[in-house]
Amino acid sequence: MSGVAGIGSAGCSARVDAIKPLFLHGPSPTFRVILASVAALGLIVADHRYHHLDVFRATLAVMVYPLQVLADLPVRLARNAKDRMADERMLRDQNEALRRDNLVLNARLQRLLALESENMRLRDLLGSSFRIGERVLIAEILAVDLDPGRQQVIVNKGTSSGVFVGQPVLDANAVMGQVVRTNPLSSTVLLITDSEHALPVEVNRNGLRTIARGTGVGQDLELLHIPKNADIRVGDLLVTSGMGGRFPRGYPVARVTGVRHAPDDPFTVVTAQPTARLDRSREVLLVWTLSPESQNESLGDAAAANGIPGPEGRVGAAP
Amino acid sequence: MVLLTLVAAIFLTILPLPVAGEDLRPQWVAMTLIFWALALPDRVGVFWAFGNGLLLDVATGTLLGHHALGLSLVVYVAVELHARVRIFPLWQQALLVWLLLVLERLLALWVLGATGQPMPSLTYWGSTFMGLLLWPWLSVVLRDLAHRAGAV
Repeated sequence: MSGVAGIGSAGCSARVDAIKPLFLHGPSPTFRVILASVAALGLIVADHRYHHLDVFRATLAVMVYPLQVLADLPVRLARNAKDRMADERMLRDQNEALRRDNLVLNARLQRLLALESENMRLRDLLGSSFRIGERVLIAEILAVDLDPGRQQVIVNKGTSSGVFVGQPVLDANAVMGQVVRTNPLSSTVLLITDSEHALPVEVNRNGLRTIARGTGVGQDLELLHIPKNADIRVGDLLVTSGMGGRFPRGYPVARVTGVRHAPDDPFTVVTAQPTARLDRSREVLLVWTLSPESQNESLGDAAAANGIPGPEGRVGAAP
Repeated sequence: MVLLTLVAAIFLTILPLPVAGEDLRPQWVAMTLIFWALALPDRVGVFWAFGNGLLLDVATGTLLGHHALGLSLVVYVAVELHARVRIFPLWQQALLVWLLLVLERLLALWVLGATGQPMPSLTYWGSTFMGLLLWPWLSVVLRDLAHRAGAV
């Protein structure tokens, strides 16, 4: 490229410059940039430290939502096309597999119901209260790329469906994360592998309590402050302990993949891999933990309770 | 017209890519803003960059102001230098734009560091090189669009 290959036509802008009034242009760019920088820094601090901007953010998010839906469209269309092209044999196989799964799950559910009522009875004997029964709502993850440094996803249900900040999010296998931001149409979910996420868990085998923190890179969790003599092994299943008050108790979280005793480290270094398919799930479950009273209510009118629309079911049964 | 291209830029930023391509995604919004700041410095200025930065922050789920800060400063530099940069040959322009893109990334990195978020890996800078490669094409396409719409 040679010669004048600049942007815009120089002649035209020179004409504009010539008739440009000198003092009618408002603040100078320098003033504006100082203003903008200060505003940006203020916003960063306010958003990082105080969370005062949630309403403002939700408003902007509603404006951006159509774009996100649009960005999700190609993936959705591809999936639809794939579904459309599935031939009869494949469908029959799939159907067969689903029916088999359903049978197995139903059988397991029967046993679970019996165990659950037995558990409640025993707990009544012990005099301890126990909240049981949850309502779930199925939401879909929008295929939208967010900041690659963070482990977040956007789901297509928002406050208009009753989603709230801090709500646990599960997939079919395990805990995925929790809702950190909501707006009327969508909400942002922080995955358990994000480096700012920590989750109280316990080892399913012996009840050893610990905290699983995300590492931010890859798909690993690390367990904090495990003493040297703690009984923890590779392959142990970690389940939520319910200590934080956010996640219901007893959902699987991760499986221990590595236990390392470093001589210079006062604690054992334990890594674990989430059992949820964080990078592959498309549908997620938003969970409401119900107190016994609201449970009875929702038994009465399951569909209309709390104005929560959409496909919903109950996990676990009422006592 | 300007608005449309900026919306398209945000759309391209959140369009899902395979994981390998994620680090090579050019900074569409920054590049589009720089182009308009060079072409129409009287219309597209710092506040445009600020507003777009906020939208980008919300769209990509970062802290509010994270992108707004970098974009505002970069567009300020572009507006200040537009008279000189316009008469550069295209490859010099591309180098200058690359510097601006690096500046934007640097400011974003600083915000990440200052708020204690995890540091990205070295491939973080890959997108600026994609920007360098794409700039000549982007500027030709956008200039053509602007001529057709009669904006310039």
